[in-house]
Amino acid sequence: MSEGLFARLEQRSPIPLEAELRCDAGELAALVGPSGSGKSTVLRCIAGLYRPRAGEVRCGGSMWFDGAIDLPPQQRRCGFVFQSYALFPHLSALKNVMLAAGHLPSQQREARGRELLDLVNLCGLEGRRPAQLSGGQQQRVALARALARDPQVLLLDEPFAAVDRVTRRKLQRELALMRERVRIPIVLVTHDLDEARMLADSITILHHGRTLQRGAPAEVMARPGSAEVARLLDLGNLFEAKILEHLPERNRTTLEWGGLVLEAMHAPAFAVGERASWVIAPEYVILHRRDRPSRGERENPIEGVVRVCAVLGETTSVVIEVCDQPGGALAMNIATHHARRNRLAPGEKVTVSLLAEGIHLMPWGGAPR
Amino acid sequence: MDWTALRLSLELSGLTALLLLPLGMLIARELAWRPLRGRAWFEALVALPLVLPPTVLGYYLLSAFGGASWLGHAYQLLFDRPLAFSFQGLLLASILFNLPFAVQPMQRAFESIPREVREAAWVSGLSHWRAFWRIELPLAWPGIVSSMVLTVAHTVGEFGVVLMMGGNIPGETRTISIAIYDRVQAFDEHAAATMSALLLVFSLVAIAVVYVISDRNKRA
Repeated sequence: MSEGLFARLEQRSPIPLEAELRCDAGELAALVGPSGSGKSTVLRCIAGLYRPRAGEVRCGGSMWFDGAIDLPPQQRRCGFVFQSYALFPHLSALKNVMLAAGHLPSQQREARGRELLDLVNLCGLEGRRPAQLSGGQQQRVALARALARDPQVLLLDEPFAAVDRVTRRKLQRELALMRERVRIPIVLVTHDLDEARMLADSITILHHGRTLQRGAPAEVMARPGSAEVARLLDLGNLFEAKILEHLPERNRTTLEWGGLVLEAMHAPAFAVGERASWVIAPEYVILHRRDRPSRGERENPIEGVVRVCAVLGETTSVVIEVCDQPGGALAMNIATHHARRNRLAPGEKVTVSLLAEGIHLMPWGGAPR
Repeated sequence: MDWTALRLSLELSGLTALLLLPLGMLIARELAWRPLRGRAWFEALVALPLVLPPTVLGYYLLSAFGGASWLGHAYQLLFDRPLAFSFQGLLLASILFNLPFAVQPMQRAFESIPREVREAAWVSGLSHWRAFWRIELPLAWPGIVSSMVLTVAHTVGEFGVVLMMGGNIPGETRTISIAIYDRVQAFDEHAAATMSALLLVFSLVAIAVVYVISDRNKRA
């Protein structure tokens, strides 16, 4: 058995679960999904606070749950940071942490508590009660308390949801630094994709209690496993097309999209004539310059009309209508100075290229929304 | 001033509170946290003495404790004395009619402890027993004190049930509130007035204590 965490959870009701999560020691795995997708339930199953009908939870080389075995939370060495922090309101920060260090001899607990509060930058606030601390400070106490058990896994349930933006950035930075010092699996539940991308080594997508995909953040974002995942990731530029033909000698597959023929990288998994969904990340949509040729100009050049051109600080969000199919509009972000130089404005005719390597085909997953 | 009655009242209320402390806490925790089927009916049963006329409650208790009932009969066999019209009978009745006063404040107190705080205690490695002593009890204590104060005050003041099923036996079932009634019947104005004033002050102090605790709790 590995030293990391592995959880497989199955049940039909009352909360449907068909989830699998793994996280190696020293890895930070983000569990991402919309609210109500069962993220917290997965964490609670790992911690022993919720018993699924079937499945398996093992961590640090020992079995915590497998249907026959069901260790109580006290015997699973989990550090759990609750979304509401759930600090003991009648105890000081130090006492909160010390209470979780019950496995140490009593004369060592205070020193351990102070050490951990120091680790989370709370030196000098040991005597304060939770109500006398700010949201960010409470979150730090919760983290110190979670670490006080010398846990084999750290579970963080939306730990940054209740603090302001500035504090969130700071705490996120601290978590990234703390990871270097605590070499245990860390599971971060979040609905914030940017947060997951920034902090996590792997992302597991959860929807209706079902894990849909697991992978490195960049990989999952660029190559979602299904249209459903693409929608959950809020990827724009999700379309459907029909496979026209495979051209293995050119390493290409052609598709028909709203009357246009596009070339994608060779994808023999799809049958000719099959319907498929596809996405393209904005960085693979290249706007042709008016003054001189652009990179990849010959790849899938498409003419369109600018429908939306919204300046958002340094970037400009542009929506180009390229065909009269429903959803036949490409979204892309370009530098604002670039947009100005090209005189982009609603109603302007433009040409873009869709780089073949950026077109990612997926099994057909319903009509585009 | 009937000192025997006062002592009896204090004994009765003290013992009632002492016995209701663990029992009430047990019921309160169950009602607060356990998913129960028919919870509403169970809660209604606990709250029933609040709305039931004391004479009705007294009547049923009298029937239940009398020599004709299995309980009264068993008691008679075991202890060779009747349960009805005895201090022990009165204590049992007192526990029953004080259930809502003991359970409800404690139930609210336990309910106000977020589930996640208890779960945090468990995942911090605290056994259920330690979580109870270190987390639940310190957080629920204002409610527990309130419930004990209310129980004592209510027992001292209870009249109808006591009269129905305890009668008016000096040193056995004559509590101070019965003694006041007794003194009024005997036109002993002075004794009735003294004891009434005592109960008035006692009740006021008791209820003030409850409010002080809940006020402090709100501010904390």
